[in-house]
Amino acid sequence: MKPHRRKRLGIIVFIAMGLSLAIGLTLFALRQNINMFYTPTQVAGGEVSSGVNFRIGGMVKEGSIAEAQDSLMVQFVTTDYVSDVPVRYEGILPDLFREGQGVVAEGQIDANGVFQASKVLAKHDENYMSAEVKAALDAAGASSENHALPVQPES
Amino acid sequence: MIPELGSFSLILALCLCGMLGTLPLYGAHAGNQVWMNLARPLSAGIFVFLAISISILAYAFVTDDFSVQFVAQHSNSLLPMRYKFTAVWGGHEGSFLLWTFMLAGWMLAVAIYSKSMPLDFVARVLGVLGLLAFSYILFMLATSNPFDRIVPLPPSDGADLNSALQDIGFILHPPTLYMGYVGFSVVFAFAIAALLSGRMDAAWARWSRPWANVAWAILTIGIALGSWWAYYELGWGGWWAWDPVENPPLITWLFGTALIHSLATTEKRGVFKSWTVLLAILAFSGSLLGTFITRSGLLTSVHAFASDPDRGFFILGILGIAIGGSLLLFALRAPMMKSDSGFELVSREMFLLANNVILVVAAASVFLGTLFPMVYQAITGGLISIGPPYFNAIFVPLMMLLVVMLGIGPISRWKKTSVGFLVSQLSRVLVFSLVLGVALPLIVLFGFSLAATVTLILAAWIVLGIAADIRAKTANKESFGKGLRGLSYSYFGMQFAHFGIAVMLVGVSLTSYFSIERSVLLDAGDQVELGEYEFTLVSSERINGPNYVGDAVTINVSRDGEMMMTLVPERRLYIASGTPSTEMAIDAGFFRDLFITLGEQRDSGAWSMTVYVKPFVRWIWLGAIFMALGATLAATDKRYRRLRVRQKEKKQSNSITAQLGSTPQVET
Repeated sequence: MKPHRRKRLGIIVFIAMGLSLAIGLTLFALRQNINMFYTPTQVAGGEVSSGVNFRIGGMVKEGSIAEAQDSLMVQFVTTDYVSDVPVRYEGILPDLFREGQGVVAEGQIDANGVFQASKVLAKHDENYMSAEVKAALDAAGASSENHALPVQPES
Repeated sequence: MIPELGSFSLILALCLCGMLGTLPLYGAHAGNQVWMNLARPLSAGIFVFLAISISILAYAFVTDDFSVQFVAQHSNSLLPMRYKFTAVWGGHEGSFLLWTFMLAGWMLAVAIYSKSMPLDFVARVLGVLGLLAFSYILFMLATSNPFDRIVPLPPSDGADLNSALQDIGFILHPPTLYMGYVGFSVVFAFAIAALLSGRMDAAWARWSRPWANVAWAILTIGIALGSWWAYYELGWGGWWAWDPVENPPLITWLFGTALIHSLATTEKRGVFKSWTVLLAILAFSGSLLGTFITRSGLLTSVHAFASDPDRGFFILGILGIAIGGSLLLFALRAPMMKSDSGFELVSREMFLLANNVILVVAAASVFLGTLFPMVYQAITGGLISIGPPYFNAIFVPLMMLLVVMLGIGPISRWKKTSVGFLVSQLSRVLVFSLVLGVALPLIVLFGFSLAATVTLILAAWIVLGIAADIRAKTANKESFGKGLRGLSYSYFGMQFAHFGIAVMLVGVSLTSYFSIERSVLLDAGDQVELGEYEFTLVSSERINGPNYVGDAVTINVSRDGEMMMTLVPERRLYIASGTPSTEMAIDAGFFRDLFITLGEQRDSGAWSMTVYVKPFVRWIWLGAIFMALGATLAATDKRYRRLRVRQKEKKQSNSITAQLGSTPQVET
């Protein structure tokens, strides 16, 4: 083989190796780390088996927040106004976590149908509702005039 | 009346952009000197009108003109003056005006600092930038004019600036980030001008390099500022979240990093030409993608401007035309590009190629992880999220590989390096790195830690490699000092930036592995222990700020029973918007940060809070500062200035003959 051909082949092999390593790593990492999103109705209907990490999104039901007085354990109910799912979380809730507002929690459902959250995300802005929460409410057919916050165009 | 002048000024700038985007480009094509000469004054004119426009918007904020919709939505009469001023970029419309203004600033800079380039090239660069500015201003006027009024009944007071934005980080981060982002448009314009003119030589790379370095330096600082701000403002103790809006700047940064290395190779050796051009297009695409993602309302994130889909389609249009057009031009012209020289399998070129492959793969995987949920939703309608583990799983090994290469690359020679030479240079570096990496954690931690060991080996590999290289480069000189003076600015710039990588690596890794935190419920007098520190809640009191009310909790921190300091985290409620917000209390240190974020007060009177000890977290941003300094230093290298001096001398020798007796000025 001529030297310049060999060099070119070297470069191509080099790039191909890099690419296949990257693709392999990426696919492996993707498979491990995709979190599906479910609505309270789907979760209450038993669509998700326990032991799977996923996200649930809905509104925090009015009057459902119960805080333990001696620990950071919090329990609340997330709802799409059709089904309710209780959520337990130990830690500090985000600034904008409030009753009657949208919330997204990440974690697993336990055998008793309680969602054990490892992370709780609240919407970050007064006028803004998370697309996930909105989708959950729409899917449940909750009339948005009555319950959901209007999604205003400006942040 | 005054806000209408702002709109009017925008329209004038649009007209000038229309002229700049056509006449000089045609002039360069047809060889018409007069039309090419229009490029510089037109750029200056665009800058002036955009400056007027953004000043008028700032004036509307400062004078509380709530009849302007954008002001009414993002300000309040109680808002402190500095935030009224900076609320200009507190929402979509204003921040886009800032973005466009930044572009005009870069255009003005190109118009001024381009004396050493041929006129047709300058005309093409500014023409391309003019087209970009044209599309931006058109977008503003069509979908998001910041000067729109609320008629007929303006509100008596504004809705206030988002409380998370009332902070020094908000004053610094967006302008810096935008400036870096937009800087890559300049490098892009250089690449397009080179493609248009067919001039893909080393001179082109030499002209682009300082611009690419400066844009990269500013982007680095912009991202670091964002990370620092998120760290102390968002209150979860993290400095990077792989948030879909954090990722596009990172993608741009990764492409940009590949670009500055590839440009160096093109300038020095005349190889990788088409690859360099492609990287310039990719880096620019990354910046447009960032705009698109934040402004289209596609996703949920701390940064997203909730907005209507029209804007998304408009930006998608700009994105498609700019990227599609430039790639088409690239495809047409790339076969014309020929390498000026060859190189062997083991050579500096190969190491730079490895750097490029790794960085581009990293950028592509971040891109994939960012866009996959959106594509998935568009196709299946299902909602998914991809979390930090995905990004870490890919990014960490890639960066480790990059660091290994980074130690070898600068020591290797252009064209051909013998493996024996590399071994002779690096064997001692390797041994010392291994010894340091194993020994230091044993001494400091009294134990073995794989994470600390790997980190320290890699960091030492970089730092000792730099030391070995500097020693080798000064070895044949009379004295060390003389040898140092003989090295170029761009060499020091490179070593500085690489040193910054080592510093950041230590920060990132040690913070990630050795941070400790504890969430607790504390009453007055209660104590919690974390690491070697004890935190005692002393008292809490009500506070009244200019536009908020809240609680402040006083916490004493002691070590081994010895009182060290008092930290006072706050919890605020912003009156106008009713938004709660947490103010962290942080004691920053070179080796560790103490960090307290306050939760809520329970009915019992106890406060929930999380306390953190975060070792080496400052090193992350310190590393970024080193990198930015290095890139800036490299951009000021003599050889870029020499071009200008030479021009000036030529001009002066002409003018001296004209007016005798004038003292020649020295270019600094």
